[in-house]
Amino acid sequence: MNRATWLVSGLFVALLAVAPLFLNTYQVDVLNSIGLYALLALSLNLILGEAGLFNMGHAAFYAMGAYTAAILNTRYQIPILWTLPLSGLVAGLFALAVARPVVHLRGDYLLIVTIGVGEIVRIALVNDVFGITGGANGIFGISRPKLFGFVIRRPEEFFYLIWGFVALTIFLFLRLKQSRFGRALNYLREDEVAAEGSGINTDYYKLAAFGLGAAWAGMAGTLFAAKMTIISPESFSFWESVVLFMIVILGGAGSIPGVLLAAVLVVGLPELFREFASARMLVFGLVMMVMMVVRPQGLLPARGQRFSLATLMRETVR
Amino acid sequence: MEEFLQQLTNGLAVGGIYALIALGYTMVYGVLKLINFAHGDLFTYGAYLGLTLLTSLALTDRVGFAVGVLVLVLMVMGLVAVLGAILERAAYRPLRESPRLSAVVSALGASIFLQNTLMLVYGAQIQVYPDGILPTATLDFFGLYLPLMRVLIVLASVAMMVALYLFIQKTRIGTAIRAAAIDQGAARLMGIDVNRVILLVFLLGPALGGAAGLMVGLYYGQVNFTMGWVYGMKAFTAAILGGIGNIPGAMVGGLLLGVIEALGAAYISIAWKDAIAFCVLILILIVRPTGLLGERVAEKI
Repeated sequence: MNRATWLVSGLFVALLAVAPLFLNTYQVDVLNSIGLYALLALSLNLILGEAGLFNMGHAAFYAMGAYTAAILNTRYQIPILWTLPLSGLVAGLFALAVARPVVHLRGDYLLIVTIGVGEIVRIALVNDVFGITGGANGIFGISRPKLFGFVIRRPEEFFYLIWGFVALTIFLFLRLKQSRFGRALNYLREDEVAAEGSGINTDYYKLAAFGLGAAWAGMAGTLFAAKMTIISPESFSFWESVVLFMIVILGGAGSIPGVLLAAVLVVGLPELFREFASARMLVFGLVMMVMMVVRPQGLLPARGQRFSLATLMRETVR
Repeated sequence: MEEFLQQLTNGLAVGGIYALIALGYTMVYGVLKLINFAHGDLFTYGAYLGLTLLTSLALTDRVGFAVGVLVLVLMVMGLVAVLGAILERAAYRPLRESPRLSAVVSALGASIFLQNTLMLVYGAQIQVYPDGILPTATLDFFGLYLPLMRVLIVLASVAMMVALYLFIQKTRIGTAIRAAAIDQGAARLMGIDVNRVILLVFLLGPALGGAAGLMVGLYYGQVNFTMGWVYGMKAFTAAILGGIGNIPGAMVGGLLLGVIEALGAAYISIAWKDAIAFCVLILILIVRPTGLLGERVAEKI
């Protein structure tokens, strides 16, 4: 990153950090939703944006995490934030299990299968599978998160929890993107045959992208459960997956700043125009169609990675 | 046995509807290799337009039930066909040379757009087809009492499928469609206007889908604006089940899926009815991605 990017990002971080001091509760709450969607979209970006795998059942992984957290918390009284790693694990393992037999399918077939998986999960939740999901009513009475003895209750407090997690995610995903792993995913997206020819184990990397993205969505689900204290199947409908898909495509597949910008636009703008709330999806549909003709690469497309010759030389020599 | 036969015939009626929608998916996929996500919403348009025409024109009062419904079906088919052609022009033609993802996203956008225009025009609540216009008589087949509507739907869908099959197999235009599906470039060199073939496919598919929408309205008596995507997904499953791009495959797949779903709902669990189709979809893609009759699709998926 050059100096200008650092400056702009630093400014954004500083602005966000002080934002709750100047905004009212409702506005902070909107920022919290944006943060959650940004988190989910970043996790989907790993699958759809970096690896180019059409996943339109992301809400299923999100639901897995949220329900794992809620069940552990309400039945076994495990503090909600402690369930974070476990919800991530459950969502990730679930994604590996469902993706394993279908991951070789070509683009749009994978899309259809993931829609199917998302629906099956939702129907299973509604039907109170194993008697632990609470059916259509969902699960309520999830306890408030506690961090170092401090109970997080008000939106302003959640703001720091959620955006802190977003910041951590951005940092980790940026590192991942610049790693050998990230380059392998990008290669896979651009040309699967060539990637395989260069010795990239395509099935392994595809599954790894699925597992990691889903695990992250699962952790976002935990935060969601903690924030809402009530979860029900309708929060994890097909449209949730569509909105996430749209955020990634609109922002620019594989571009972290793009995904963040699109999360602000897709989640934030409808709040500004509440009187047109019913036309929200209509506008989204139209935007998707127009974008694909006018600017298919997204608002802030991912730029190719640049390497300075000097560093490359040094690394080869070593 | 009685219960089984009732469920079987019910499954055939629903399956006939799935098959009609599936034909639209499979024809478009055959020629363009594109999943037309908005097809399910064109089907919903058929149901809503049928409702509006039925109540506003009162055709059945003026010319009797049989002629009235026939005229209604033809009007709905014509209107939805025009809508399909507009969709192709607006959402798919500009993207014909673009990467697959662009076309898929545009199709999804079109689907969301169409669905929400219906919601804004008619409102989000369920719309009910009027009582008293449709016959509620039942027919007696050797002790098996079947609702007349169910029999009519099976007959009408089979008739349309046979007509389409003959059109595709026996006419020059049908031959052109098949040629364009096999190899667009070669078809163009043989003097086939591929753009017109694509337009025709986008007229035929939505016409059948629109008719299917009207049938759902007549059969169940109520429609809602989101039903397009459930029926669309199931019809797409039917198309995959039979082998996508394969026209007889879509017919077989549709009927089969309808029967599987009806029997599954009756004998396994009604609450999991919608999940059955998705399970079939996932299983078929894992076990036999070319579908039952899909040997023609050589492309690896």
